[in-house]
Amino acid sequence: MSKLNMVQAINLALHEEMARDQNVVCLGQDIGVDGGVFRVTEGLLAKFGAERVLDTPLAESGILGSAIGMAIAGLRPVAEMQFSGFAYLMLGQLEGNAARYRARSQGRFTCPLVVRMPYGGGVRALEHHSESHEATFAHVPGVKVVMPSAPGNARALLAAAIRDPDPVVFMEPKRSYRAFREEVSDEPEVMEIGRAQVLREGSDLTVISWGAMMRPALQAVGEIEEQRGASLELIDLLTISPMDGETIAASVRKTGRCVIVQEAPFSLGPASEIIATINDKALLHLEAPVKRITGYDLTVPYFSREDMYLPSPGRVRRAIEETLDF
Amino acid sequence: MSVDSACPAAGGPIPPGRLELADHTFHIGHLQVLDENGALIAKDAGGAPDLNPDQLIRLYRGMVLARAVDDRLLKLQRQGRIGTFAPATGQEAVSCAPVVAMRPEDWFVGSFRELGGRLLRGEPIDRSFLYYNGHEEGNTFDGGERTLPVAVIIACQMLHAVGIAYAMKLKGEDAAVVCFFGDGATSEGDFHEAMNFAAVWQAPVVFVCANNHWAISLPREKQTRSRTLAQKAIAYEMPGLQVDGNDALAVYQAVHEALARARAGGGPTFIEAVTYRLRMHTTADDPKRYRTEEEVKAWERRDPIPRLRKYLAARGVWNDEMQVNLDEEIRKEIEEAVKKFEEAEDFKPDAPFDHVFGIPHPRLEEQRADFLANLSREQGHE
Ligand SMILES: Cc1ncc(C[n+]2csc(CCOP(=O)(O)OP(=O)(O)O)c2C)c(N)n1
Ligand SMILES: [Mg+2]
Repeated sequence: MSKLNMVQAINLALHEEMARDQNVVCLGQDIGVDGGVFRVTEGLLAKFGAERVLDTPLAESGILGSAIGMAIAGLRPVAEMQFSGFAYLMLGQLEGNAARYRARSQGRFTCPLVVRMPYGGGVRALEHHSESHEATFAHVPGVKVVMPSAPGNARALLAAAIRDPDPVVFMEPKRSYRAFREEVSDEPEVMEIGRAQVLREGSDLTVISWGAMMRPALQAVGEIEEQRGASLELIDLLTISPMDGETIAASVRKTGRCVIVQEAPFSLGPASEIIATINDKALLHLEAPVKRITGYDLTVPYFSREDMYLPSPGRVRRAIEETLDF
Repeated sequence: MSVDSACPAAGGPIPPGRLELADHTFHIGHLQVLDENGALIAKDAGGAPDLNPDQLIRLYRGMVLARAVDDRLLKLQRQGRIGTFAPATGQEAVSCAPVVAMRPEDWFVGSFRELGGRLLRGEPIDRSFLYYNGHEEGNTFDGGERTLPVAVIIACQMLHAVGIAYAMKLKGEDAAVVCFFGDGATSEGDFHEAMNFAAVWQAPVVFVCANNHWAISLPREKQTRSRTLAQKAIAYEMPGLQVDGNDALAVYQAVHEALARARAGGGPTFIEAVTYRLRMHTTADDPKRYRTEEEVKAWERRDPIPRLRKYLAARGVWNDEMQVNLDEEIRKEIEEAVKKFEEAEDFKPDAPFDHVFGIPHPRLEEQRADFLANLSREQGHE
């Protein structure tokens, strides 16, 4: 066991997967010599060479489009978008092709590729470096969207994404990159994509979150349990699409109350889909309206203004209390 | 001096079995007016561009100011008073000289490493500090009506420049567009689309590519196999010219001629300004990981500012006393800007809601109300 932060854990998974399968290649901007702007790919070039760790020209559509070809021809490309804000430039290739080759060719040509990208706020960056637009990718049929929240699940889910037979968008919460460490097994670990994880069991209310928002959610849950003796269940969604509706519904059927914490803008995000899922599968078990704490329908403001956008632990705490007291 | 931007005819149809790459037939002109010591290069028969002493001093002052503001921004960033920014030290000639060639009615469409040019266009220093502090209010200032804000998404602004240029043409305005971007931008699809559209539409736009040899850690040679960036213009049937980007007069002359050509209905021009980024990519970058000190040192010797100063001195329009006065004047100007920035009005906390749509919508107004309610609760608690 070693204690790793998320950057180290993802880096470990990349090393392990590249060593396990020589068809795994990494490509992206500044991922080789520089080790990635967040150092996530540090050491890969030295270990696996420039043929498998490609510093590409500056073109997102080029990166994903060529990764599609590599995947069709039997490689397992792991493409990096330097920031999720620049991933829109490859959306045409993702939606138009990566997501469709399987169906279009009736399974003859497939795209087992991963697109990693740091997402989200909390590092006080400049424009285009702080968005949480997972809904954009999740709304593409045929693409899986995975959002780890901690070093351990980041490592195990990235391994799963690389081994997955279909395209996976892997969104890394940059604010959690170095925020904390976790014990990580010395043996390679693989988690199942498409499954949410019940992190804490409880009976009074379900809190659902994912990615970077798991930290404020966990903090609020801890504080309220301590202050009020309430029993809260906490679910880490981990995969946004395809969403694990059963775990959500089972929990809400049990607790009857639910609060969702989402960093993305308010409208049409995963929280909306979770509420719709509860409506479909657990409506009659509800004892209070489901509440969502989210960002606003705004471009994330920069630097000194960023905090006004991000869901604060205070907002999360109040939402849980109001839902408990309803 | 002549601008050699001719595109000799292509080599004709490729004979069967003759796909060797070596069969290039194009020629790319290279323009340099001053040598590294600021002396006029004799072989350029035309001599120095036709700039009067006031214009020359305006250009020089703009470059000195740009360097000083860069230094100050770096300090402010280190103190946490502004966010990440992209220093432009070493590239002052590329961003400032075109502005001297431009008229107020021309459009300035930049990326993120042309603060010098922006200041010379009239952006107040304190507004730029505000912007780097996360306040888009900094992007509004009198005289900025034809200066687009910073564009972070590489190469995206090139297409906007083409659209604006087309609009100028359609409206019959005697105005053109100068568009800035880096060597890395030449790899993006938007670059190629913009080049093509500009040529097809014969849009009055001047593309100024700051080839500073690096796109973060990727060296120019790995960005593209092309031996020059300027040659990319040939494929679009557009003049492509390389200039010494650390020679302010060469940059000026090339942009001046390209603008005249654009205004006369001659269409777009591509100028590759060969320069060097002397500092880090942004304040979040560590260049020691990918390039050598020796390389940086070699380029420090080609610094565009002393080069222009020596030329001005030789022409008798600049001396040491003027330099001392200028340095003091700029020091004061920046001090005042820092003060103004620090005393800037208290911005509304909900200002980000103000400019989402031109027509307010209840869905967003509900969110604004929720935000303000939360804010007052949290301020009440703390
Ligand atoms: C579409 C897009 N992809 C990636 C980035 C991240 N990024 C910012 S600057 C940069 C390098 C740009 O190089 P170049 O065009 O040469 O300009 P320079 O920074 O050298 O001025 C990269 C990759 C971005 N801003 N936009
Ligand atoms: Mg560059």
